[in-house]
Amino acid sequence: MEEKEIELLKLLEKNGRLEVETIASMLDLDVDKTKEMMEKLEKESAILGYSTLVNWAKVLEYDGVTAMIDVKVTPTRGTGFDKVAERIYRFPEVKALYLMSGAYDLSISVEGKTMMEISRFVSDKLSTLDSVVSTTTHFVLKKYKHDGIIFEEDDDQDRRMMVSP
Amino acid sequence: MKTQEKSYVAHHVDQLKPSGIRRFFDLASKMENVISLGVGEPDFVTPWNVIEASYHSLERGFTSYTANAGLFELRQEISKFLKTEYELEYNPENQVLVTVGASQAIDVALRAILNPGDEVIVVEPSFVSYVPAVRLAGGVPITVNATEEYAFKIQASQMEAAITPRTKALMICSPNNPTGAVLSKQEMEEIARLAKKHDFIVISDEIYADLTYDETFTSFAAIKEMAQRTILISGFSKAFAMTGWRLGYATGPKQIIEAMTKIHQYTIMCAPTMAQHGALEALRNGRSSVLEMKTSYRQRRNFVVKALKDMGLSCHLPGGAFYVFPSVTSTGMSSEDFAEELLQKQQVAVVPGGVFGESGEGYVRCSYATSMKQLDTAMKRMRKFVEEKQIQ
Repeated sequence: MEEKEIELLKLLEKNGRLEVETIASMLDLDVDKTKEMMEKLEKESAILGYSTLVNWAKVLEYDGVTAMIDVKVTPTRGTGFDKVAERIYRFPEVKALYLMSGAYDLSISVEGKTMMEISRFVSDKLSTLDSVVSTTTHFVLKKYKHDGIIFEEDDDQDRRMMVSP
Repeated sequence: MKTQEKSYVAHHVDQLKPSGIRRFFDLASKMENVISLGVGEPDFVTPWNVIEASYHSLERGFTSYTANAGLFELRQEISKFLKTEYELEYNPENQVLVTVGASQAIDVALRAILNPGDEVIVVEPSFVSYVPAVRLAGGVPITVNATEEYAFKIQASQMEAAITPRTKALMICSPNNPTGAVLSKQEMEEIARLAKKHDFIVISDEIYADLTYDETFTSFAAIKEMAQRTILISGFSKAFAMTGWRLGYATGPKQIIEAMTKIHQYTIMCAPTMAQHGALEALRNGRSSVLEMKTSYRQRRNFVVKALKDMGLSCHLPGGAFYVFPSVTSTGMSSEDFAEELLQKQQVAVVPGGVFGESGEGYVRCSYATSMKQLDTAMKRMRKFVEEKQIQ
């Protein structure tokens, strides 16, 4: 992949709302070339989407709960962990799913409105899958950092003097 | 009859003009919602591993003086860094001095080499401290103007005209504050030829060396036969976003560094110990942070230069540091009036070029060490201001 493409991806990863014109001038490219690059990267699935990282704790009347669930599973012949993983990630409650090394096999991030909703997901949907051997659910108490972004940061405050040599 | 109050201030200090930067600082700090493009320092915070290393040094009880010249470990690391990056050879025993910022290194260098009346050629536009520092050290500053015609780089012929038998040193800064100009190797060789011919020393301020964007940086001390007549000044402020740590260094011929160490020993004792521990970590494990910041500065530079050109201001593409130096002559205003009115009407602070010397008149310094969001708004406000001026 070209150096400029990687630079473009890094810019978008940090701020998906950057305007094409701004990106073009930052990368010293013309606007058409930048658009072309973005389309190419979308086509190649290097860019999968443009999302917004929301700090839901800031949204009044929104009581969301996040849990991390460690799952031990029995892999199936021929498809290994992939088949059971698919059965799990298709649930809309599942926000992220990773195959892990170590004490357990799958790590799932689940979001729900209440703890009860997540408990029901675990007991009714997840634990009852044939391949699932055991689950351990950890509720997230506070988010400090997610996807490289620090929540509640006061870094926006510029502590520098207005004019300096 | 009223008698004139006696002044106890030394004449040479009394005669120093306060920095023009100060006046703009006073003006800007009284206003609200100002976007400042007037800062000469990174907007990034010091990389976390450096802060952590400094905490840890305190926890381990490193709270006493270090050797006058700085922690030996740090001097070794500086030597190693200069060897790897710029192929320079300095003995950490007696050719490296750790100072309280690059500013102190400049002050000590001048005091170590100047006899009263010795002349120092200062290339302007220049960092605001050079000329006063020469005067405070008893020297006579001789300014030479670098102009936009030559991309703000001094021409050998101009310099030769300024040389006299009293010329003791030349001060250069590449990448330059405020123009961002970077001297090429060939241009440095021209200067070196003059230095050898007329036997003077070069004080090379390379504090922005790590922030060179389009070409590989060449240290002045790496030019053939120049190591023995160059005092290299650098530090951690700009590349590692460590301005408040006040940590710099000077390297050069043994004789000069030992003389500088003597002054340093009797005046400062040593640079702050916890900052030295932070600097050690910066050199050992901070390169990736520097590269990340550098990429970001380059992108912002491209954005700002294009925005300035689009609004009709002529602006050369600076090769380094984090400043652009556009001309504001098309507005028919002096740089001082432009900066002041822009601040009052659009709440954008820039520094009038005149404070960096006569040849800076007609230009303003805009620092792009500010977030893209701020830069975007600043450029929109500035565009409005410039367009209104040009319609009138």
